[in-house]
Amino acid sequence: MTVATAPRTLFAKIWDEHVIDQLVPGVDLLHVDRHLLHDLGCGDAMLQVEKRGLPLRNPELCFATPDHIVETRPGRSGGIAPWADLLINRLREQSRKAGVKLFDIGEDGQGIVHVMGPEVGATLPGTTVLCGDSHTCTHGALGALAFGIGFTEMQHVLATQTLPQARPRTLRAHFEGSLPRGTGAKDMVLALIGRIGAVGGTGFAIEYTGDAVRALDLEGRMTLCNLSIECGAKIGMVAPDGATYDWIKGRRYAPRDARWDQAVAYWRTLPSDAGAVYDHSVRIDCAGLAPHITWGTSPEQVIGIDQRIPEPASAPDDARRLAWSQALDYMGLRGGQPIAGTTVDRVFIGSCTNSRLPDLRRAAAIVAGRKVAPHVEAWVVPGSERIRREAEAEGLHEVFRAAGLQWREPGCSMCVGANGELVGSGQRCVSTSNRNFVGRQGPGARTHLASPEMAAAAAIAGAIVDVRNW
Amino acid sequence: MQKFQALTAVAAPYPFANVDTDRIIRIERCARTPREEMGRWAFEMERFDADGSERADFVLHREPFRQAGIWVAGPNFGCGSSREQAVWAIAGLGIRCVIAPSFGDIFFNNCVQNGVLPIRLPAATVNELLDALGQAGPRTPELATMTVDLLAQRIDPPAGRPAIAFEVERLQREALLEGLDPIAMTLRLSDRIDAFQQRQRAARPWVWEV
Repeated sequence: MTVATAPRTLFAKIWDEHVIDQLVPGVDLLHVDRHLLHDLGCGDAMLQVEKRGLPLRNPELCFATPDHIVETRPGRSGGIAPWADLLINRLREQSRKAGVKLFDIGEDGQGIVHVMGPEVGATLPGTTVLCGDSHTCTHGALGALAFGIGFTEMQHVLATQTLPQARPRTLRAHFEGSLPRGTGAKDMVLALIGRIGAVGGTGFAIEYTGDAVRALDLEGRMTLCNLSIECGAKIGMVAPDGATYDWIKGRRYAPRDARWDQAVAYWRTLPSDAGAVYDHSVRIDCAGLAPHITWGTSPEQVIGIDQRIPEPASAPDDARRLAWSQALDYMGLRGGQPIAGTTVDRVFIGSCTNSRLPDLRRAAAIVAGRKVAPHVEAWVVPGSERIRREAEAEGLHEVFRAAGLQWREPGCSMCVGANGELVGSGQRCVSTSNRNFVGRQGPGARTHLASPEMAAAAAIAGAIVDVRNW
Repeated sequence: MQKFQALTAVAAPYPFANVDTDRIIRIERCARTPREEMGRWAFEMERFDADGSERADFVLHREPFRQAGIWVAGPNFGCGSSREQAVWAIAGLGIRCVIAPSFGDIFFNNCVQNGVLPIRLPAATVNELLDALGQAGPRTPELATMTVDLLAQRIDPPAGRPAIAFEVERLQREALLEGLDPIAMTLRLSDRIDAFQQRQRAARPWVWEV
């Protein structure tokens, strides 16, 4: 007997494969293939489960690394504050007791948890990857189904290796054409967020498709998927292809030999079938894409570098008029002015969005042979210990240092400031990270999100500039 | 989990869009504040001046909203970071129910895990509620007092306005009504999880060989 199967999306194939039980219509008990743990609360979650008298159900499927609260000053050994070392040690202690693999400070594998997962080969196509961090959507770049969870959900996963979850709808974000010079994955996804807004993806799993997506390297796809949550989508995905398999092959926990062939054969079945139906679609033509930069305090408040900051009077509704004027007030900007030429104080190149080797290479190419403006303090924080070593092997650290940027140790650093590394109140920072929220980089800090190239150019110019003119 | 069945309380209007969890609770507070003290730091950037004094323009610093148990917010409330401390912080202010046109998905689930009822309502309905709450003053707390009944899935707004129906996904509703423990619920399905894992080990062995 042949059963006709309706065409399915990448998302549906992975979701369906992981359903243990339908709890009620629309809500499934999902199996978790990979649980990633970090230093900000995950040790506590393990401790809570232990206090309940429950073992970790599958410690072999857990991977841990300290990232949020580790200091990134060269020569660091832990955190800045005493409480930071307490939390890092709790992650170490709980991981050791439970038999969880931990990549510690100074070891190969340590890094931002969303850099670590793919880098060590833990994140694989077709797996479910969960982590107590909203940027877990990053892992979708490899064709995994990945999303962030809270503290209580984390305990549920530790104790049961499952999570009840409402099935999201699907949104196809289709990027046509090829990227103009000076633009990349960051500009693509900022343009998408500008188009659909900070809530436009809520309740959806996004699949990124189109020639411009296929042309991205895996690191670019990670940047793309990373910002899915900034339009509200917990999940962002790219179908795996030859580039994905090449990128994964040989990594520490990736399958080998006969298992590799078996895995790739399965992974090749994952891309969305022709005729698969999405609940919603957005098309973006990359041909005219400009480098993008945020002007406000939500990632949806974003414009092309050649545009003017919008005036609240032109907002489409009262809610946005209020939001825009509050954002401009906080940012110290005026509507109607060009964004280019705005003076900056700080530059941060790093975070789970843009701290990988190709990001650093592109930034280095911009600053090579130049000098950071005297009034700017610029940091480069590689995403992982391995990236740090590889970048240094290429001499990138020397390029950055010669230009006057600080070359630091891997961690989340100034993206979230959990470790005490902050932008000062009133200071303006061009940042390659993912959130320009009020106070995100420190109380009173003013954040402009942009690509590594744009951030590097701002460091040299001392102001927001169009990297296409570089 | 704390039960939620019905609540009659003052509702505070907080009509801002895209309020992120960084704004609700700063990251450095998450790392070192005991859960039961988190309310002290809720919304600290807009709640206090630099000297620690209360800011009059924060809604909970005006009567009749000081005693609020319900929070009525703009779209995409609780977007951004997954930090569950945002829910602990709001609960620490005495809020047990949050009403908004849309929520950050992770925040929404975190609410349910902590016995805080999140309710999605159409934007127009939320705007009407916000307008109604704006009528309340120090001597008219009844104009801000509403009843939220999860069993009946009904809100009775202030001042005899027509009742508003809402829906909560069935499992989440049951968990809130009964104060169920999701881990204990899932552990009852251990046999099914075992069987699923056995099948997966055979079908996709590379996932398990780590």
